Amino acid sequence: MEPDALLPLPPAAFHILMAVADEDRHGYGIIQDVSASTNGELKLSAGTLYRSIQRMLEQGLLLETRDRPAPEDDDERRRYYRITPFGREVAKAEANRLTHLVRLARKSGFATGRA
Amino acid sequence: MMYRALLHLYPKSFRGEYESEMCVVFSRRRRDAAGPFGLIPLWIETIFDVVFNAALVHLDLLRQDLSYFARTLRQSPGYALTVIGIAGLGIGATTAAFSITDHVLLRPLPYPDADRLVTVWETEPHYSRGELSPANYRDWKGQSKSFEAFGAYTDLSVNLVGEGEPERLMGEVVTAEVLPLIGVKPMIGRWFTADEDRHGAAGTVILSYSLWQARFGGSNAALGKSVLLDGEPCTVIGVMPPSFAFPRRESEIWLPSRFGPERFEDRSDTYIVGVGRLRPGVSLEQANAELRLIAAQTERQYPKELKDVSAAAYDLRAAISPQSKTMLSALLGASLCVLLIACTNLANLLLARALARRKELAVRRALGAGRERLVRQLLTESLLLALVGGALGMLIALTATPLFAALVPTRLPVVALPSADWRILAFGALATVLTGLAFGVLPALKATGGADLREGSRSGVGGKKERLRGALVVAEIAASVVLLVTSGLLIRAMLWIQGTDPGFRTERVLTLVTPVTGPRYAKTVPRIAFYKRVLADVRALPGVESAAYISALPMVWRGGIWTITINGQQPADPSSQRASIRFVTPDFYKTLAIPLHLGRDVAESDVIASPLIAVVSESFVKQFWPGENPLRKRFNTQGEDRVVVGVVGDIRVRGLEAQYSEPQVYLAYQQVRDGWFVGYIPTSLAIRTVQGDPSQIAPAVRRIIAKAEPQLPVTNVRPLSEIVAGETASRKAQLVVLSGFAGIAFLLAAIGIHGLLSFTVSHRTQEIGVRMALGATRGNIMRLIAGEAFSLAMIGILLGAAMAYASGLELQSLLAGLKPNDVDAFSAGILLSLVMTIAGSCLPAMRAVRVDPATALRAE
Repeated sequence: MEPDALLPLPPAAFHILMAVADEDRHGYGIIQDVSASTNGELKLSAGTLYRSIQRMLEQGLLLETRDRPAPEDDDERRRYYRITPFGREVAKAEANRLTHLVRLARKSGFATGRA
Repeated sequence: MMYRALLHLYPKSFRGEYESEMCVVFSRRRRDAAGPFGLIPLWIETIFDVVFNAALVHLDLLRQDLSYFARTLRQSPGYALTVIGIAGLGIGATTAAFSITDHVLLRPLPYPDADRLVTVWETEPHYSRGELSPANYRDWKGQSKSFEAFGAYTDLSVNLVGEGEPERLMGEVVTAEVLPLIGVKPMIGRWFTADEDRHGAAGTVILSYSLWQARFGGSNAALGKSVLLDGEPCTVIGVMPPSFAFPRRESEIWLPSRFGPERFEDRSDTYIVGVGRLRPGVSLEQANAELRLIAAQTERQYPKELKDVSAAAYDLRAAISPQSKTMLSALLGASLCVLLIACTNLANLLLARALARRKELAVRRALGAGRERLVRQLLTESLLLALVGGALGMLIALTATPLFAALVPTRLPVVALPSADWRILAFGALATVLTGLAFGVLPALKATGGADLREGSRSGVGGKKERLRGALVVAEIAASVVLLVTSGLLIRAMLWIQGTDPGFRTERVLTLVTPVTGPRYAKTVPRIAFYKRVLADVRALPGVESAAYISALPMVWRGGIWTITINGQQPADPSSQRASIRFVTPDFYKTLAIPLHLGRDVAESDVIASPLIAVVSESFVKQFWPGENPLRKRFNTQGEDRVVVGVVGDIRVRGLEAQYSEPQVYLAYQQVRDGWFVGYIPTSLAIRTVQGDPSQIAPAVRRIIAKAEPQLPVTNVRPLSEIVAGETASRKAQLVVLSGFAGIAFLLAAIGIHGLLSFTVSHRTQEIGVRMALGATRGNIMRLIAGEAFSLAMIGILLGAAMAYASGLELQSLLAGLKPNDVDAFSAGILLSLVMTIAGSCLPAMRAVRVDPATALRAE
């Protein structure tokens, strides 16, 4: 599937992709990371998170990983999620789309900065 | 714990995957939200979150299932079309039959508190519903306590003149109580007042909505206008709403009764029907008990006139004949048979398909799809098919319902056609969902139960499932045999009735009615001039063989029965000595081709001043003077002696189906006494033409009548054959519907057999290959496959024949004397079922014979 086919990504999905961009995270870890990087403005609910994850797994943006981090951090019940190469491509495509959008917004004076 | 319970809103598959994770997240957040002030918003937020997201997850699954479904459709459109078609036929037939039954039998009649309305009749040992005399009506009404209100009505037809063409109208004469007690208010205007119903009051009239539209263009200015009804000016005081009908569908006007004192003199002058509204809490039985007591009292007062006369109240639906009720129940039964066949067929189809898809499902299970998930997918599929089929069914029902209109009895005060309403829609929806579940659940459970890859790869056919599918096919065959045989019985009964000799020849005879009954024609002399003029002109028309007037044509009017006395001896049992009385002009027998056996026809010389004569029918002679020469013998009827001058053949006055018609007596048209009962005045004209369609002379006849009497309406212009065909018209309509159902059942059962056998053949290809490799001939293989079909067919036919006999017993009242074990009907039904079995097994058997052993063995 072409990455563009999934655009525009739902904001929750984009945030989740950004949260797992550098390291595998479990569900609660993703919520914390998203909250921290948006200065507490976006707090994903459990329902939104797992519904998004379920769909992103189906779409092949994420995969569940069996390699666990250091045992002391591990919790038997937790599942860890990792971004797939396809997920990365989709996230890049989404970022491009947004950049393009911002550029247009600047041209029309809706946003500050160089067009 | 509460959170975990809340998570049950999610689909099971999602819960299994993420429940524990979500609980962890939730417990973390609860820990973070310290204190009760943090907890409350957290719970509110969580509840909203779970409900919202669970709904979205369900929606996601639905979308997935739909895309699977779309793929299925693309892969095998034939399968989907068959399923939709079968579901549509089943649901359509059932919904249409139900809507008509509901309309006629179940739905309350369209009056407020209709269950408290009753009609009141006089009863005699042989008549359970006879009209009342106004005197009895007055006395019974005065003494009974069971009724909140009590009135009476009688049918009438009048000539309407003014505002357009003269017109003959069907209407009712009602007492002032009738319309208020029915409880439907006029749309504009008002009911009759008690004063307007007094003897000598000025004429008033209430119009039906359709008449108001047709004659006054629906204008409010109609109120207060005057119309001429049989020559009397009547003021329009009201218009009833469009849905109103009382006491029957055709009633177009209502007039006040205005009974004069002379109306109450003769207690044997019975022509009105009582109608009452029961007091709340009074049952029909209580009212009947009271009426019987009161009637016994009046009988003691007038022992001679009211010998054996009692009273009875019936609910309004009693106007439907038991035959109509039986027929409608039969239709409903037939439609349920069709639905049953459709459902078993669908179950079979889906079962076969689910088995064929086992491999696919097993693969998906191995890849982690839960059983619940697969069942859900299959259910979504079958429900969707059922919904599309249901929509098609509703469409079929809506188109088919008008065809059923002929099944609604005209005597019933309901509109001709049931309108689609929520009850019908609910029934359709229910049938749809039940069908969906019925043919969805079973295959879904079967297909997913313990399916794993190992089993999925094998192509054997389980014995148990085979038996279930066989049982379904047996049920289909049995149901279709029932329908085929019952239709056969009813067709035989109809042919028998159609073959009955009415006693006259119907071909090339035109009939029409000219109601010469207004004030201008109150006396006999002006009428005689009218008849002579019209008949002379009509007989002079080219192509006319003969023409004659009669009081009323046979089968149109079945009444007019009088007691006959001979030599002044009152008969011991008056009901055994009755005859139907008609006045005729000369040439009536010639026109209807009734044979004249003895003596002469009524003649122009039989005037009122000469001796009163009569022509009688054969059975009259047989009854009163067996073995004697009846000519010049005398009898008395209607209080006057008559001398017999001729004997003619018997005709079936009461209709083809009636077991018995009274002997006939014909009197001379010039010997009608002035002021004699209006109903006996000759108003029906019959014309026999030389050749061709008799309707062609209708315009010329109309011109002749218009020239003789411009204000006279000409009605009921139709060939005599149409009147006789009308005898079987409702039967024909019922038969068309029933045979339609039988045809559908036949088709569906054939599809069922075909489906079962093709499935068997395709799954036994390997076995067949082995058999052929081991030397089985094509004949052996053919016998193997056809044998299976025939053993199923034999069981189904035996079961079906037994059930058909049982339903034939139920339908006996419709069979016109035909025995419910009629050999022809049964052998035809069974033969058709065998043909159906052969047709259904033909293709699969041929496919089996063409199996190439080498390919079959390699395929595994």
